[in-house]
Amino acid sequence: MMMGGQPTLAAYLILGAILFSIGVVGIFLNRKNVIILLMAIELLLLAVNINLVAFSRYQGNLEGQVFVFFILTVAAAEAAIGLAILVVYFRNRRSINVEDIDELRG
Amino acid sequence: MNAFLLHWTFAIPEIWVLIMACVVLLADLYLGERLRDVAPVLTVLTLLGAAVLTFFELGQSGTTFAGLLVLDPFTNVAELFSYLAVLMVVLYSRRYLMDRGIYRGEIYVLLLFALLGVMVMVSGANLLSIYLGLELLALSQYALVAFNRDSLVATEAGLKYFVLGALASGLLLYGMSLLYGLTGTLEVRHIAAALVNVTSSNLILVFALVFIVAGIAFKLGAAPFHMWLPDVYQGAPTVVTTFLASAPKIGAFALIIRLLVDGGYGMLESWQQIFIALTLVSLVVGNLIAIAQQNLKRMLAYSTVGHVGFLSLGIVAGTEAGFASAFFYTIVYVLMSLAGFGMILLLTRAGFEADRIDDFKGLSQRKPWYAFLMLIIMFSMAGVPPTVGFYAKLAVFQAVIAAGYVWLAVIGVLLAVIGAFYYLRVVKVMYFDAPEPESGPIVRDDLASATLSINSLALLVLGIVPGPLMAFCFYAMQGVI
Repeated sequence: MMMGGQPTLAAYLILGAILFSIGVVGIFLNRKNVIILLMAIELLLLAVNINLVAFSRYQGNLEGQVFVFFILTVAAAEAAIGLAILVVYFRNRRSINVEDIDELRG
Repeated sequence: MNAFLLHWTFAIPEIWVLIMACVVLLADLYLGERLRDVAPVLTVLTLLGAAVLTFFELGQSGTTFAGLLVLDPFTNVAELFSYLAVLMVVLYSRRYLMDRGIYRGEIYVLLLFALLGVMVMVSGANLLSIYLGLELLALSQYALVAFNRDSLVATEAGLKYFVLGALASGLLLYGMSLLYGLTGTLEVRHIAAALVNVTSSNLILVFALVFIVAGIAFKLGAAPFHMWLPDVYQGAPTVVTTFLASAPKIGAFALIIRLLVDGGYGMLESWQQIFIALTLVSLVVGNLIAIAQQNLKRMLAYSTVGHVGFLSLGIVAGTEAGFASAFFYTIVYVLMSLAGFGMILLLTRAGFEADRIDDFKGLSQRKPWYAFLMLIIMFSMAGVPPTVGFYAKLAVFQAVIAAGYVWLAVIGVLLAVIGAFYYLRVVKVMYFDAPEPESGPIVRDDLASATLSINSLALLVLGIVPGPLMAFCFYAMQGVI
């Protein structure tokens, strides 16, 4: 994957794909704690950021890097809202165990 | 004037809604409890003002803010219907919120921000603006769903919606990043131009399309990406459910138009295949699982999945008539859901949600006029003539047959017949069963009941004269293909 000391585009894309997969798997396989879900969501967005920055760098246009700044901002807002919902949920349920989220089903 | 601000007037409705959302927020903060009605009144004025501003822009087209936003007939028409949808939600909302002690200005502020998100999605001409519009809508929706913070089901619905909604945004974003890598631009029309040189078997393109379509399917509620929908529709406060089923669906439809049609029409055959699969699964899952539901909000959620299946038939057709009929179906779906959830809202009172099908038992004896309106709504959802639901289904079937997918239309018709069963069960319960003793009195609510009457009768009137609305939808599709 290394050519003359500089990682290739493919290397970055594979890293992004791996992080993205970890994020998706983390959302679906996690049965313990909702906080881990929030971390997995964050990982999804960061994987996308790696993709965008890599593409931007290797194509020599800046649009992708500008996009990354917006994604980082949105991710912060998203985490804030997610944690706020988590707090009100905890007050009602006294648990943030994924297995306890079972009021609505059918 | 510099190039970035050229034609900035195209964005005046968006700017107006943004300013007014902030005004409502501040006004509500300083006026306090006794003048709470100011927030909904200001919201209604905002919507009317936005409609006037959008009317002035009819017929113009072009891009502004360096290609971030676009103004075309689709933008105008979709925005007008989004205002209408939010207006109805506001008119339905007051008593329900008061009964539950959540009659606060924030809910109207969040509705306006969500509307702004829809408007930006509808007029997005750049992956960046489309994404930001989507997130503005989604973040407002998460907060709205969990708005009743003392309710366990509402907060649980909010949590589920947040996790799955964020996953959907992630998928869409990953697809966008691949599309950017492939074409080297974020601007949708440049993407369309760059895709001409890409073969449809290109692996990155296939991945990009799969991720983008999956993200859109999540937002739209198409099976197999519908798992959030029943829980969120059931758990959210009914006012919020009413909203979720309205303007955001127009926004999700705009994602299809902006990303797949404006950007990827050259790749129609690649994403058409995915949509055929989504359509089939949605039709089957939505219509079959809805039969087993006892909770009306949950039943309407599964019926939404079914409706998304019918709507996608028009998308599968891939022609101008197909997209116009899908848009027509979207608008009709929005009107029908507003009426359906509006009816639930009307029957609720403090401590009584009226969201079980059994709560509608004997409605014809308790309130014949409401039962008649609900009859129209259910007939329209089932697609019984002369209601508009019939015409909407007819239009998508025509489009998909004209495109050569007769077998899809046959499956669609069969599932429409199966689907009619659970809608007609509600009608049966209303007219032939005795009322339950605990149903109690129906609280009088003139504003909401007048709105509901107009809303439901519109389903009948539009069914008898569907021409103008259809012409409006065809007008919207001008310049899209």
